[in-house]
Amino acid sequence: MDCSLREMMAVAAAREIHDHDIVFCGTGISMLAAMAAKHINAPNSVIFFETGAIDSLLEEIPLAVADPRVMYGTVLNGGLADSFATMQNRFTGPEVVGILGAAQIDKYGNLNSTAIGDYQRPGVRFSGSGGACDVASFVGRTIIFMQQVKGRFVSRLDYLTSPGYLNGEGGRERAGLRPGGPDVVITNKGMFRFNADTKEMYLTGYYNGVTIEEILETMEFSVDTSRVSEVPCATANEVRILREICDPQGLIL
Amino acid sequence: MVFQEIYKKCQNIMDKRTSMGDAISRYVRPGAHISIGGFTLNRNPMAAVYEIIRRKIGNLHVYAHSNGQGIDELIGAGCVRAVEIAYGGNGRFAPTCIRFRKAVESGRVLIEDYSNYQMTLRFMAGAMGVPFLPTISSLGTDIVGKWGFSQEFREKERRLSLKKLTVINNPFQRQVDDPRKVVLVPAINPDVTIIHVQQADAKGTVRIEGLTFADVEQARASKRLIVTCEEIVSETILREEPGKNQIPFFCVDAVVHQPHGAYPTACYLYYDYDPVYLNHYKEAAQEDSAYRQYLEHYVYGVKNHQGLLNLIGKDRLALIKAKSPEGYAPGLDRR
Repeated sequence: MDCSLREMMAVAAAREIHDHDIVFCGTGISMLAAMAAKHINAPNSVIFFETGAIDSLLEEIPLAVADPRVMYGTVLNGGLADSFATMQNRFTGPEVVGILGAAQIDKYGNLNSTAIGDYQRPGVRFSGSGGACDVASFVGRTIIFMQQVKGRFVSRLDYLTSPGYLNGEGGRERAGLRPGGPDVVITNKGMFRFNADTKEMYLTGYYNGVTIEEILETMEFSVDTSRVSEVPCATANEVRILREICDPQGLIL
Repeated sequence: MVFQEIYKKCQNIMDKRTSMGDAISRYVRPGAHISIGGFTLNRNPMAAVYEIIRRKIGNLHVYAHSNGQGIDELIGAGCVRAVEIAYGGNGRFAPTCIRFRKAVESGRVLIEDYSNYQMTLRFMAGAMGVPFLPTISSLGTDIVGKWGFSQEFREKERRLSLKKLTVINNPFQRQVDDPRKVVLVPAINPDVTIIHVQQADAKGTVRIEGLTFADVEQARASKRLIVTCEEIVSETILREEPGKNQIPFFCVDAVVHQPHGAYPTACYLYYDYDPVYLNHYKEAAQEDSAYRQYLEHYVYGVKNHQGLLNLIGKDRLALIKAKSPEGYAPGLDRR
């Protein structure tokens, strides 16, 4: 089915969410992916927000994690203290899947959402961590959204906001973090995963109509491409759910 | 009879209702360390924020987790000298708040970055009366490694801790899977916190509907607390269902009855955020002269919050009126 690359991103992420997962999501396309997953492949997944809303009904797409739409029909409306404690908790934290986005990523899946250039006088300033660093520190696995354009996949981050595998195998453990870390990186052109031993990123998929070369030429570091294949196109049903059920006003897509 | 008279007198002393102008001028002094409630586009105490801007109260030091709109407007109007913050964004209306971004890039505002949980823990520590709380968040990151404020600034400002944070070994580690290290984040005790809530009584007891965000921790950590509210209700009503109340009256210094006090951000069960206003703000914020015009028209150009609401008009306020049971405005055009 014909769809935009942005829609393909949302579908690819939705497929990574398993039934009964507890899904932490932020604003924008991650929210859309989590909503779509509930209608496609993970009806029993639970969406929860750092603001404290657990299992929101989401009859309309929220435009921020504090949107009153996240508060309606929840099992519980708490606060920030509860939601982050749930992820830091050694029993519930590993059950959580976090969806994150960033301005820069390195080959170990570390993220920068703070600043480009000098930290104190940055060339470009972004929002900062919000809850992203907490989620990346605490939860069992993360799904990361990135734009596949130059300057995003960098050899060295200007600021390490959220931990991936830090400096590779054993990096999280050396720093004192729990196991966990990024599972998959989803871009507007393809998908990456991480080697089980080295924790280095490798290319696992490209979308229909995209070449491997055009992905690689945006990146400052090299990745293994020996395991790559085309990502199955979004089905008519997946696209319908995105357009008609999740985002009929086209607020995110 | 005598008892009734004493009771009446107490009621008068305990009545903390006052005007917005009085509350802000009394408690928000130039150079104050402040925090405001809410989160991105929800329940920011915007009427109070606009009053601070109109009074040109400057040099503020702001503690924020993710207070999108309110913080961006305070920074944009030049009221803020330094900010300790987790997230300067406003959802889809501003992936990065625009005046915040410009102020940090130009060095007009000093900044120190934490995570949302860390800021929450810092308010919680302040509320609990302990000097710090531990977390395992941010180990190995630049939140630990890179500091925004200079040591000189920290030493000169006695209300700040001398360290941004510190990492220690877990003194209680026993099992291999126990955390080996923890990050200690310092307590915050603002001079004043301002929150906007759905209901309060004249003495100040607070009822927040929907998500509380970190309002309760912020409120209890603060030396002074201004509560602005959609409705003043009787103490009897709040006492009928005490489980729904979050902050007791003795923590509160001023109560301001301010309908639409969170506008243009949302107030669950009362009104939605106003996408027209927020989109207009986003455009104006891109450019200095357009932003100046925005401030002149919507903030300095009106006497008080009711003046802003009059500018917006009844029709637009009707569009964002919350419906029951959703608590927001279903079908609102949010493009």
